[in-house]
Amino acid sequence: MTDGVTLLTFFVLSVFVGFEVVSKVSSVLHTPLMSGANAIHGVILVGAVIVTGHADGALAVTIGLVAVVLATVNMVGGFVVTDRMLEMFGRGRPDTRRKDDA
Amino acid sequence: MNVIGSTTEALGYLVAAVCFILALKGLSSPKTARQGNWLGAAGALLACVVVFLAEDLDHMGPILVAIAIGTAVGVPAARRVAMTQMPQLVALFNGVGGAAAALVAGLELNAGAGSASTTAAIAGAFTVLVGAVSFSGSCVTFAKLQELMTTRPVVFPGGPVAFGASIVVAVGLAAGVVVDAREGDVNAGLLVLLGLVALAVGVLFVLPVGGADVPIVISLLNAFTGLTVAASGYVLDNTLLLVAGTLVGASGTILTRMMASAMGRSTVSILFGAFKGGSTAGSTEVSTRPVRSAGAEDVAILLAYAGKVVIVPGYGLAVAQAQHTIHELVDVLQEKGVQVVYGIHPVAGRMPGHMNVLLAEANVPYDQLKEMDEANSELPSTDVALVVGANDVVNPAAKTSPGSPIYGMPILDVDEAKAVVFLKRSMRPGFAGIENELLYDPKTTLLFGDAKDSLTKVVQSLKGL
Repeated sequence: MTDGVTLLTFFVLSVFVGFEVVSKVSSVLHTPLMSGANAIHGVILVGAVIVTGHADGALAVTIGLVAVVLATVNMVGGFVVTDRMLEMFGRGRPDTRRKDDA
Repeated sequence: MNVIGSTTEALGYLVAAVCFILALKGLSSPKTARQGNWLGAAGALLACVVVFLAEDLDHMGPILVAIAIGTAVGVPAARRVAMTQMPQLVALFNGVGGAAAALVAGLELNAGAGSASTTAAIAGAFTVLVGAVSFSGSCVTFAKLQELMTTRPVVFPGGPVAFGASIVVAVGLAAGVVVDAREGDVNAGLLVLLGLVALAVGVLFVLPVGGADVPIVISLLNAFTGLTVAASGYVLDNTLLLVAGTLVGASGTILTRMMASAMGRSTVSILFGAFKGGSTAGSTEVSTRPVRSAGAEDVAILLAYAGKVVIVPGYGLAVAQAQHTIHELVDVLQEKGVQVVYGIHPVAGRMPGHMNVLLAEANVPYDQLKEMDEANSELPSTDVALVVGANDVVNPAAKTSPGSPIYGMPILDVDEAKAVVFLKRSMRPGFAGIENELLYDPKTTLLFGDAKDSLTKVVQSLKGL
């Protein structure tokens, strides 16, 4: 068991890191950033797997499996849709360069 | 499987956490955004592999099947969704994440973490409550964005009282859960009741928010879900969930504030503005006042003889899938020696940055996209401002009418241009549900019709000139 104060330390430090990493973002990237952060909290899948793996009784296991499905949708879908958005930003660039060369 | 020891497990989680931090960092800059997202995905994959190797798990078969089902649902949804509908998909993904967190914490509490500390019990009750709020709130935002329900603020007598009461009941039930957890197993009925009341809180929370402010609510609910994941990490004594959830909670809070300030609003006024009654001003009725409408040829002539044109694209452009046509129009105008740029409002579309994504899809070069401040400094010297499927982001009511729900939002000052051309489907008001005085201005010309049809006709007329 990790003790409470250690977990609290992790929590506080993570808050500061979270504030710091996104402090300067152009509004162009707000949507992909939100979507990417959304995908990251899909890591609740880890929690869903642990709880389901330790569950007893059909009802508990079923609820756990529902959580696994939902968390997977959040995580996998989140990363895929973020990549689709960012792919489009990438495609804009070569086009610009071609025009500059011409 | 218990293949790897607890030290290796902790190290694996540490690497995953670092991946998440670098992912958020990468997503903050256009050059590194895509790698950042992949890094995040790699971290998540690593975390899943570690949990299977480190934990002694039963029901492995069904769990793997559930993951396969989740993937089979999530990937095609993410791949196939039209870019115009992407905001509501993100809302939905966020909602199911919140629901998953609530279920996880509920199961853990019910499974009798009899040894649970008070803090862990509080964290568990918090997760069930906020996770359920996030789920139902996201469902309502989805319905609003998908226009399954009205996009206007839904206010009813007693709404604020019902909202306040539901919060009090939810907190009371959560306290009951904490007391129960200290004594051993938590009663399943109590958890279900807490979940149900929390669902009602989420619905009552989002209903009064006006359509234009919904993106900010999605961002806020995203931060909420992050915090529930962090709290469930506390319950499960899992540092990765704690760190990842906190990162999302903190960055999501900052992002929500940035989005709100891009719209010139405070988060508080968005969330509770409707309760004060201020957000319902404006009318849904279509006015019968006269407007000046013109044909595609007239618009083509106006554009062809302009020195400088600023195009203001809005959600209507995206709905009509007219991104490519407008790109063609710009090319034709540039061949004729007209100077053309796009003026992009930060919240054009349905979310901040949404319009940039949509135009990037049509290969519009970056250097033609001007952010709002830059576009506003060019508008007074502009001959024609061409507004395509946008309304609220050019509505002068934001500056002149204190009672308006969009009052205070920075807008593109197209009224400064010598002439304004609106391409609109109808006289229906914009997403915020308010009328635009600029439509009746003598220097304004309207071209009615589907944005793509209208633009195609304008391009044809231009080529013939």
